[in-house]
Amino acid sequence: MTDPILDVRGVSKSFGALQASDNVSLNLRAGEIHALIGPNGAGKSTLIKQIAGNMRPDSGSIWFNGEDVTTLDTVARARRGLGRTFQISSLAMEHTVLQNVMLGALGHDGGVMRFFRPVMKDHALLNRAMAALERVGLVDQARKRTADLSHGQRRQLEVAVALTLSPKAFVMDEPMAGLGAEGSRALTGFLDTLRGEAPILLVEHDMDVVFALADRISVLVYGALIATGTADEIRANPEVRIAYLGEEEDGA
Amino acid sequence: MIRERYLNLAIMLALLAVPLWAWVSDEPFTITLATRVAILALAGVGLNLALGLGGLVSLGHAAFFGLGGYAMGILAHHAQTYTPLMESPFLIEGTKSMPVIWLVAVLVSALAAFAIGLLSLRTTGVYFIMITLAFGQMFYYFTISWPAYGGEDGLSIYVRNGFPGLNTLDPIQFFGLVYGVLALVLVFSATLARSRFGLALAAARQNEERVRTVGLDAFRLRLMAFTISGAITGLAGALMADLNRFVSPTMFSWHMSGEFIVFIILGGVGRLFGPVVGAGLFIILEHILGGLSEFWMIYLGALLLAVVLFARGGLIGAFSGPEVGHD
Repeated sequence: MTDPILDVRGVSKSFGALQASDNVSLNLRAGEIHALIGPNGAGKSTLIKQIAGNMRPDSGSIWFNGEDVTTLDTVARARRGLGRTFQISSLAMEHTVLQNVMLGALGHDGGVMRFFRPVMKDHALLNRAMAALERVGLVDQARKRTADLSHGQRRQLEVAVALTLSPKAFVMDEPMAGLGAEGSRALTGFLDTLRGEAPILLVEHDMDVVFALADRISVLVYGALIATGTADEIRANPEVRIAYLGEEEDGA
Repeated sequence: MIRERYLNLAIMLALLAVPLWAWVSDEPFTITLATRVAILALAGVGLNLALGLGGLVSLGHAAFFGLGGYAMGILAHHAQTYTPLMESPFLIEGTKSMPVIWLVAVLVSALAAFAIGLLSLRTTGVYFIMITLAFGQMFYYFTISWPAYGGEDGLSIYVRNGFPGLNTLDPIQFFGLVYGVLALVLVFSATLARSRFGLALAAARQNEERVRTVGLDAFRLRLMAFTISGAITGLAGALMADLNRFVSPTMFSWHMSGEFIVFIILGGVGRLFGPVVGAGLFIILEHILGGLSEFWMIYLGALLLAVVLFARGGLIGAFSGPEVGHD
């Protein structure tokens, strides 16, 4: 088995008395979709923030592509190939759709201290940006202002921006949030094909999506991982049933 | 978009036509007014890079305006008194040459903007406004209490500095020079806004997290924007000093910073020609209303309020519609 691309080793984080991450270890291997599930307040977002570099763990370390990135910030981790999408779309709303993906292409290229040539005529960047829009099906919306997009289109754009980075791993925080059944189905199909390109750490509430996509599933409850395994193993795990899947039936 | 371009062209032509008409009909005072407009517009264009494009509301840009002014004042003062600026470790003499003075003004204010930005760009929102204000006032009180260059009384320069091939004492020639500088800086500013840097800076204004997530350092972008912005405002300061042939600590006062912001709000935040329209309107109002009442600022206040309440894109926005993304 190859070394994991992303390796979270014994990470803990607490806010006062609240243990948001309790000695969490999980990894992401090439070619897989690893789903992170857990009830509300289980500490999924806190863990994602530590992985993406928004938050420093109290203890433990985070390794990315064979390098200890625990002390690096978001910018440095993004430059190393961590492609993140947000639970609530985080885009430049006044910019056009194309400008948002161009920003991603610019991030991938890195040469941002250039003041004279018009960026929107830069063919290398444009090709990369348009290719990403094409893949999520937003080419027709390229000239639209991002604020005028529907919620679902913003979710697609969020994924497209991550694609422009050609990341070594994706970290996606509820990419299906607020999508209709059809949008969710389309994105599920897309993510299914994406795993060959770069593995995905997927935080997702929709159990149908998780069981359809995930090669492995990790279950987080009160900040601690209670199980990691394949979909079948997780379904059969009695602890998970009590802690999480039981709640699901109550409509959580 | 197209409409805004025509509007910008019309503004630029109007700013040229008025002093030309005044020159033909021999009214040098009007030429001086137009020169003031062009210089203040230039200062505003500088601030607009930070404020409009970068979202950095600086209430301390008078610091750069003043530094540019004093760069001119100090260099010209030493030249007219035939005293060297510095003798050891090496000799630096004063100068009456505008290109040299401009270069010094730009470098000094860029350096100051870099240092101030380094310290203040860690903060955002109201804290950023307050800390830039504090830096501006620091310069203000320093120049007041520093006797070497006139202290509170400022410095008078008897003869306007020279520019190769021009008689700068001729109002229309000096206006032409200032107008040329303004036009160049406007072209630079428009180019910058459409460049890679401009795209990233504008994105950082809207959503810092987004910019950081694609691996771009928002702080570095802002620091660069603040530095360029300060340099342009510093250049305007040097020109203003040459127009008045006088510099004083009031160039550093926060009223000055406030005026620059007023130009931008009146004309349109982030609009290329916003500061030009704003500065023009400000000077026209000062001239017309100022003759009627010394409390003319009350009317300016009412106008400002109306723009903020009813025309968020400023006058440019009111005439050419909301801004759309660059193509």
